[in-house]
Amino acid sequence: MTRRPTFLFWIGFCAVLALLIVAPFALPEFWRRFLAEILIWGLLAMSSDILIGYTGMVSFGHSAFFGLGMYGAAAALLTTRPPSLWLAFLYGLLVAAAVAAFVAYFSTRLRDIYFAITTLIFSQIFYVIIFTWTEVTGGENGLTFSRPALGIPGLFSLPFTTLTLYWFVLAVLTASYLVLRRITQSPFGMVLQSIRENEARTRAIGYPVERYKIVAVMLSGLFAGLAGVLYAIQNRFAAPDFVFFVVSGETVIYNIMGGIGTLVGPIVGAGAFLLLREGLSRLFPYLASVAAQHGIVLPGLAEFPHLIPLGLVFIAMVIFMPQGLLGFARRWLNK
Amino acid sequence: MTLLEQILIQTINGIVVGMILALVASGLTLIFGIMDVVNFAHGELFMLGAYVGVITLAGTGSFWLALIVATLMIAALGAAIHVTTLRPLLGRDPLNTILATFGVSLVLQNYALWQFGPVARKIQEPITGQFTLFYLDYPWYRVMIALLSAAIIGGLWLFLKFSTYGVWIRATTQDRLMAQAMGIPVPRVLTIVFAIGSGMAAASGVLFGPLVGVNHAMGLDWVLKAFIVVVVGGMGNLVGSIAAAIFVSLMEAYASLWVSPSQAIIVSFVVLILTLLIRPTGLFVPTPK
Amino acid sequence: MSAADHTEPLVRVEDIHTYYGKSHILHGVSLEVRHGEIVGLLGRNGVGKSTTLKAIMGLVHPTRGAVLLEGQPVGHLPAHRLARLGIGYVPEDRRIFRLLTVSENLRTGLDGRGVSDARKKELLDMVFDYFPVLAERRNQAGGTLSGGEQQMLAIARAMMLEPKIILLDEPTEGLMPRMVSQIRHIIHVLRREGVAVLLVEQNVPLTLETSERVYFMEKGQVRHQAPASELHADHAVVHKYLGV
Repeated sequence: MTRRPTFLFWIGFCAVLALLIVAPFALPEFWRRFLAEILIWGLLAMSSDILIGYTGMVSFGHSAFFGLGMYGAAAALLTTRPPSLWLAFLYGLLVAAAVAAFVAYFSTRLRDIYFAITTLIFSQIFYVIIFTWTEVTGGENGLTFSRPALGIPGLFSLPFTTLTLYWFVLAVLTASYLVLRRITQSPFGMVLQSIRENEARTRAIGYPVERYKIVAVMLSGLFAGLAGVLYAIQNRFAAPDFVFFVVSGETVIYNIMGGIGTLVGPIVGAGAFLLLREGLSRLFPYLASVAAQHGIVLPGLAEFPHLIPLGLVFIAMVIFMPQGLLGFARRWLNK
Repeated sequence: MTLLEQILIQTINGIVVGMILALVASGLTLIFGIMDVVNFAHGELFMLGAYVGVITLAGTGSFWLALIVATLMIAALGAAIHVTTLRPLLGRDPLNTILATFGVSLVLQNYALWQFGPVARKIQEPITGQFTLFYLDYPWYRVMIALLSAAIIGGLWLFLKFSTYGVWIRATTQDRLMAQAMGIPVPRVLTIVFAIGSGMAAASGVLFGPLVGVNHAMGLDWVLKAFIVVVVGGMGNLVGSIAAAIFVSLMEAYASLWVSPSQAIIVSFVVLILTLLIRPTGLFVPTPK
Repeated sequence: MSAADHTEPLVRVEDIHTYYGKSHILHGVSLEVRHGEIVGLLGRNGVGKSTTLKAIMGLVHPTRGAVLLEGQPVGHLPAHRLARLGIGYVPEDRRIFRLLTVSENLRTGLDGRGVSDARKKELLDMVFDYFPVLAERRNQAGGTLSGGEQQMLAIARAMMLEPKIILLDEPTEGLMPRMVSQIRHIIHVLRREGVAVLLVEQNVPLTLETSERVYFMEKGQVRHQAPASELHADHAVVHKYLGV
């Protein structure tokens, strides 16, 4: 009985992967970058799923891990000549891990809602530090830098094109997914899920729950930082906006929309949200211009914020569809 | 100005800001303590209260009317929000309420941006004029804010102690199930609590309006500080939140003698971290639960 | 108003099933209580007696089956509606409002229901008559009362709502033996007032003395019912379901 679902899973996995590999060929430039961004946000959302979906801890701290991974990469890319891709990863991941350890140490002392609020406050603490420490972080304006090339120093160096960068991001995402999947299915992952189901009982059995939680936060933070590094490489800038807690909130939205506890659900959620957002932000100006052509002037329609219907959709999903888009497939995806 | 005079000024400033923060935070802690709801949209209710105040003031010229109208309208909005988005979540994991109220805050914030635009507006203070304090002119209005906030909080306390709904609210807080078994319409009680909390946030927005500009993002700073205060004071602990609000504001006021205001907020972060290290259930809670 | 004046039983529970998460607690419970009747519900710990009371009170909603009050289905109604329709509930552990005064505990169910102040006073006086100890402590916080006094308060505040039936969940639990006669006395008072009682108890003699009929539950179902008079003579049935 366990053989069949796993086999089907891998078929599905390869099919989706193949689709993602060839997709950019069919898409214009803008959408190639857009798709890469979906993958990066998806990676961030997936990292958050470790906490929300598998350990049962809702965190609003991911913007800190993401943003600081971005700044870490920026530090590497601005201080070394020539800018090294691998150093960017190293710095970014180190910074993200350090921040995650710091946040984990304090916030895991509290549970449930208190944990969520504390992680949010910490996100904002980092935001304020970055925003005001202008000499180091560039303050409000952030930092800009150039994109490093893919290469091994001394051997070869290949500057990224939109296409190759997309594949690079896809490769990192796929590798991350496989690693996280392995971890969630390992004994460690089983303990995390046991904490989610019944923390008191897990503790009573003898597991040092706090330590597991700290490791979970650090693991989650590491992959969030990884997403931050990718974002820095893709967009060539780092800004405090990404550390602001709203980014954490949006990450949680991707998780809920896509389905927690599935690892891929959040990626789908990110894609759905970003596509909806893009669509809606074009819809209203379009509607306004169509109306204008017919002589109907609807003031304010063109600027109607797309986040309003998006927010309403999200609220509706929390109430009516809390398991998310892929929630029904949760068992199957975890086989 | 001597250092002593500066400290004195900052003490009064700290108390004034602390009282407004206490007003915002008590609404938040009331909602959390009684309903187990973390109201992410609290800052937006504060902000919309300020906007309603601006409009009412522009229309009627009376600050007091603005205060009352804003409080009532936003209380009604709060009730509407509770009935549509939070009542369906009754009985589910409280974490869902964070998500739902986060969604609401996104909607409200963007609505304000769309409706009112990004440019800040101003509320004219009702009492101009200052009194002299050690060769300095200190605005009367600020003192008035502190007194009004205290009055509102005092009014809340009286309401809880003596009115029918007050007793219902206290019963519901102690034992929600038995309150229902006694015929107390608990869903309605919860809506009313949310409305009260919202109204308090709105009142704070109007009171604070004259001190800063009213714009769509003003809620964000306050939400953060209010959450810090609520955690430091002990979640659900009304007296604790008030004490914490004043304490944190005083610390920040003193700090701003040496650093810029945007850096002074680091003080509240430090207080939070210390609280989490020493007494996670709240600095001002008599015995840890 | 005797049971004979009503064709429908006051409360009827038909084949209800309840779940707690994934656990199946009640596996099809059926019973009925007629107007003014005192009915006992006996069984070992954990068979679902308290859950049955909670289902009638609307604190737990059955996934299958029906709860009928005077012939009307009420299984979907929230508890506060049922309280106003005449169902009183006295839970295990009493659960009075510890931080409210005795008076507040008693009054709070009546407030805001359009009950005149005069009527409220009448009901309060009636309750203080039956429970003079509560009159003495009327301004004390509920949490300062002794166990027995809290039990009085829990029953008294249910009586304040003038219910048609009171669901009593193990009223003698944790009380001193001499308080048992107090409980017996209260149940007699309730019968005199025409209030029906569904009594869940571990104290078998008390149940057999006060009830007219007794149901026996086992593993989430009602397995047997008998008039109390029969059971006085026949101990075998009691042994079977209670292992006593």
